[in-house]
Amino acid sequence: MSVLCLVEHDAEGVTTPSRRALTFARSASSRLGEPLVAMAVGEPSPLVEGDLSRYGVVEAFAASSAAFAAYAPLAWAKALLELASTISAAAVVAPGTDRGNEVLAHAGALSGAPVAANCISVEPDGGAGRFKVTRYRWAGSLLEDAVLAGNPGLMSVVPDAAPNIEAPSGEQTSVKTWQPSFERTPLMVSVVETVERPVGSMSLGEARVVVGGGRGFGSGEAFGPLEELARTLGGVVGVSRAVTSNGWRPHAEQVGQTGTKIAPDLYLACGISGAIQHLAGCRGAKTLVAVNTDAEAPIMARADYAVIGDVNEIVPALIAALRERTGG
Amino acid sequence: MNVLVCVKRVPDVGGRITLTADGKDIDTKFLGFTISPHEECAVEEAVRIVEQHGGSVTVATLGPEAAIEQLRNSLALGAHQAVLVETDGRQFGPIGTAEAIAELAESRGPFELLLFGNESADAGNYQVGVRVAHLLGLPIVTGVKALEIRADSIRARREYQGTGEIFEVDIPAVVTVKEGINLPRYPSLPGRMRATKATIDKVPARWREEGLTTEMLHVPKQERHTAEVLGHGADAVPKLVALLEEIGILA
Repeated sequence: MSVLCLVEHDAEGVTTPSRRALTFARSASSRLGEPLVAMAVGEPSPLVEGDLSRYGVVEAFAASSAAFAAYAPLAWAKALLELASTISAAAVVAPGTDRGNEVLAHAGALSGAPVAANCISVEPDGGAGRFKVTRYRWAGSLLEDAVLAGNPGLMSVVPDAAPNIEAPSGEQTSVKTWQPSFERTPLMVSVVETVERPVGSMSLGEARVVVGGGRGFGSGEAFGPLEELARTLGGVVGVSRAVTSNGWRPHAEQVGQTGTKIAPDLYLACGISGAIQHLAGCRGAKTLVAVNTDAEAPIMARADYAVIGDVNEIVPALIAALRERTGG
Repeated sequence: MNVLVCVKRVPDVGGRITLTADGKDIDTKFLGFTISPHEECAVEEAVRIVEQHGGSVTVATLGPEAAIEQLRNSLALGAHQAVLVETDGRQFGPIGTAEAIAELAESRGPFELLLFGNESADAGNYQVGVRVAHLLGLPIVTGVKALEIRADSIRARREYQGTGEIFEVDIPAVVTVKEGINLPRYPSLPGRMRATKATIDKVPARWREEGLTTEMLHVPKQERHTAEVLGHGADAVPKLVALLEEIGILA
């Protein structure tokens, strides 16, 4: 028996969502008293091996197959299930990334088993193949305690908020190359081409400062001052769903459950009331400052600081004050 | 091209989630209902595809009788037929939902394209589209942000960590979409009129046990705290600038 964790990796080692998945999987493995095993697709860099050791992985399999030349979700799922069966995994854990959730959904569909997506905690619940999990609903605005019955139990882990903790004492991880034996089928679709983001463009998800605008702006044209404020602060503009649904700004700027999840040092939310949809996207902000006419708006319950007033007055006044400060 | 698009009725929770007394559901007494955002875009995409390539759009939902509201909203946007896979008040999980939808797709089809949202706004299981694809033996692409229809195939783009990933898949196929693939239109007046009068087909759904059982819901504790008010109007700006200096945003 064991607990198997799917690990995504890049040039810098194991990705952060996968570190969270490893932390979660290790918690299941220690409670079950079973070893933690990892599967990575492709050739992992030496950095990956060090990361796996630090997160308490006893044994790791680097899955190798012509089917993995480009990302192919169904092929990943086949390999994961094959390995889970070979090592009699009691649980199969994946990061709750788009890929991780997709691979587990395929694994669930292939095996007819349930999948608990976006969990933050797990404990074995009595008998074999029963787990008590707490998982995200509404992208984390609501938590669900649920019992998952599945042998193995298929679980993905919240990629941006579940605990990320190295093992108290590392393991000497043995990494083996492993060739799964599944047959390739026409249903195993894969990426045929990738398109890189333009060099120099700052991504909303990685920005250190996000200046947010909501319905309070009233039109697309009204966002000029907000763009200027974002430039002045070295940040980017983020908007609420009301703004993108009205076509005032592109969807790529949406902060929220169905947009981008941000984690800046500062989120300055201007004229945003704070719908659940929006708050799900800005929970990662270190400091949240809300500017709103309504002191009772839901965003106030989440903001660290507030300025009560009209954004059309406050944003230009703030730009002027920042200019004066730099003597420009 | 005949397109099946599946939507889910979810509460329009607005700014705050309140639970029922037993803690097992959202209290919807004072809430309206809507379609999950990704699925609103799936309906729009289906309607655009058929406007361009001909064919017809069937919209389906699995839910209570009240979910007819979401079907009519989709008809108002341009869907041609609507089917309610009616539940009996019990919550369906992704396996039972996928089985019902796959059965519907087989009995009402053939469909060249089945469109879903990538995940529902409420349960967020990320599975129904994938499970339907497996039940029907079709290829699937998930999380799609741009879709191009070709003679016998589709070309779909999605994003992963800032990179665009392109898939090319033969049709028939299943595609789950994300908000941003398009900007859904507002329903026209004739669309609304047609939707009000349209007949909605109903078929019963078979509930099944599926191994993920909700015990209790709770609102995370850290969700509420009190903001420190820096001031009112433009008079608060000096304090705001001081704060930005203090937290290291301004050099």
